[in-house]
Amino acid sequence: MSTATEPRKNAPAARAAAGPAGTAGAGAGAGGTRPRKVRGRHERSPLASAGLHGALIAASLVAVFPIVYMVFISLRGRDGWTRPTSAEGGLEISNYAYVLSETEFPRWFANSLLVAAGTTLIGVFVAASTGYAISRMRFPGHKSLMWVLLVTQMFPVAVLIVALYNILGDMGLLDSYIGLVLTYCSVSVPFCAWMMKGYFDTIPHEIDEAGRVDGLTPFGTFYRLILPLAKPGLAVTAFYSFITAWGEVAFARAFLSTDSMLTLSVGLQSFIGQHKAEWGYLTASAVIISIPAGLVFLLVQRNLVAGLTAGGTKG
Amino acid sequence: MKTATADPATAARPARTGLLTRMKRLYDRHWYAWAMVLPVVLVIGVLIAYPLVQGVYLSFTDANELNVAKQLGATEIPATYQFVGLDNYWRVLSGADGEFYPKLLWTVVWTVSCVFFHYTIGLGLALLLNRKLKGRSLYRVLLILPWAVPPFVATYIWRMMYNSESGVFNAMLGKLGIGPVDWLGDTFMQKVAVIGVNVWLGVPFMMVAVLGGLQAISSEQYEAAEMDGASPWQRFRHVTLPGLRPVSATVIMLGTIWTFNMFPIIYLMLGEANALHSEILVTYAYRLAFGSVRDYAGAATYGILILSMLLVFAVFYRRILDRQEAAR
Repeated sequence: MSTATEPRKNAPAARAAAGPAGTAGAGAGAGGTRPRKVRGRHERSPLASAGLHGALIAASLVAVFPIVYMVFISLRGRDGWTRPTSAEGGLEISNYAYVLSETEFPRWFANSLLVAAGTTLIGVFVAASTGYAISRMRFPGHKSLMWVLLVTQMFPVAVLIVALYNILGDMGLLDSYIGLVLTYCSVSVPFCAWMMKGYFDTIPHEIDEAGRVDGLTPFGTFYRLILPLAKPGLAVTAFYSFITAWGEVAFARAFLSTDSMLTLSVGLQSFIGQHKAEWGYLTASAVIISIPAGLVFLLVQRNLVAGLTAGGTKG
Repeated sequence: MKTATADPATAARPARTGLLTRMKRLYDRHWYAWAMVLPVVLVIGVLIAYPLVQGVYLSFTDANELNVAKQLGATEIPATYQFVGLDNYWRVLSGADGEFYPKLLWTVVWTVSCVFFHYTIGLGLALLLNRKLKGRSLYRVLLILPWAVPPFVATYIWRMMYNSESGVFNAMLGKLGIGPVDWLGDTFMQKVAVIGVNVWLGVPFMMVAVLGGLQAISSEQYEAAEMDGASPWQRFRHVTLPGLRPVSATVIMLGTIWTFNMFPIIYLMLGEANALHSEILVTYAYRLAFGSVRDYAGAATYGILILSMLLVFAVFYRRILDRQEAAR
């Protein structure tokens, strides 16, 4: 493994570390054969390599096992879950067929999709210009707005849920899509603004200045220059707020009551009710839910972390 | 943005100019910034500030399911709850309700242990992944997978695996000759079980965040350390950890807040009736609000208390970090 070191970077360091005895880093691959006290960053013994891979393989197994197991159980028929370690009887897709045709699952899926998409659209559209303004401009109220945005990230569900429940009840919006979307916006709008500020921070200020020199107004600079550059950031923000709404449990559980209005996070619970636990159906639904979200997630995750942490490290 | 940074000039101007003129000048200078933040300010005002004020008010009343305003058929029953001042807070904080301090203790244990495991495991894996090795991107994808599963889905899957009769964990333990463990019945095992799920779910975020931080440390620092003959441990202690400080500070703070408020895992894993001794403050407040007799005032009180605790934590955490930064 240690031969994989990058020669260009490694050579000066190895030479320096090896001192006069070193032969210009030619033996970089030899591991521990050279007489030296300190091992460089890019070298390691075969034993260390084995340990490294061992640790990573073990961690990967832990990470992947529940997901593989979920797929396995979903393919084992209705009662396959009662024999958790046996594979006799083979695999079948009857659970999927049942869930898609005989239950409310497609309806819940559509509900979740609608609510999450609505939340995301509103969140991103409302928050984009604010993210830009707090990233670039210093105006009276800037500091307090930053504070408010930060504080809203700390809101526990319990702090707003009772009041929102009563307000929505007064307006007749309980058990409706609009009510739930509005509720989710109380989370997603500040979050999107915060996250997009992080992205706008990474776009060089020179671009703004160029826009100003060319006679664009601040709005023009934002819409014509910065927004197109921030598209990846917008996409990631949208995705993350989508996923948050998609998996929200507390509000959905409290506000939705009609069976056909439920979102997935609440609806799935009815598969494992008090009388009979249908883990076969539940896992099949779980797989269907996870695949699209998971695929997109893996595409965007690199940018996701940057966005989540950028606002905090600079703010 | 030259105009925006020129604030000190405005501030230093003598107060000769009238208030109106100054307002006009402020407006001229900043109106576009204000216009840009207006939508969010409106949304926050309507969707957060207004309910928050109502929540605070409710926490000063004795509102519950029976005495709030409601619509029964055509008749409207007016609210009959009363203002009771600080009674709710006093009852909770004096320990008279018997729930707050035990649940607070468990919430703190839950948060600290989860964040500790998240961070240490995440840091460990990030350090491993930050080396040159075969299959690095494959490992990375595999290790990130738990994050890609929606938390509620993951919670259900773990709940199935923890099942005491037909769960895969007990089946495997049985093969080793260890008797079935009542993962979701026994209070202590419940706590172990939920921490396990949350650690599994939360490590990937920490890992990716720390990995990003590691890659941002310039290799010159390591080369300089190597040239000075620093051992791997010294390099870790004096180059890696300080270099990670900004990222670590942020993710630990985020992680603490998220974990403290983590609703779905505990709620979905243990259910409402099953978890009286292993629910955290948030799920307890939720049960107060939507349980058998809906205690709106109590739930609001708990909500405000949780928020206050997090705010205090955030302020102190930042202050400690700033002080450390200044001392260096």
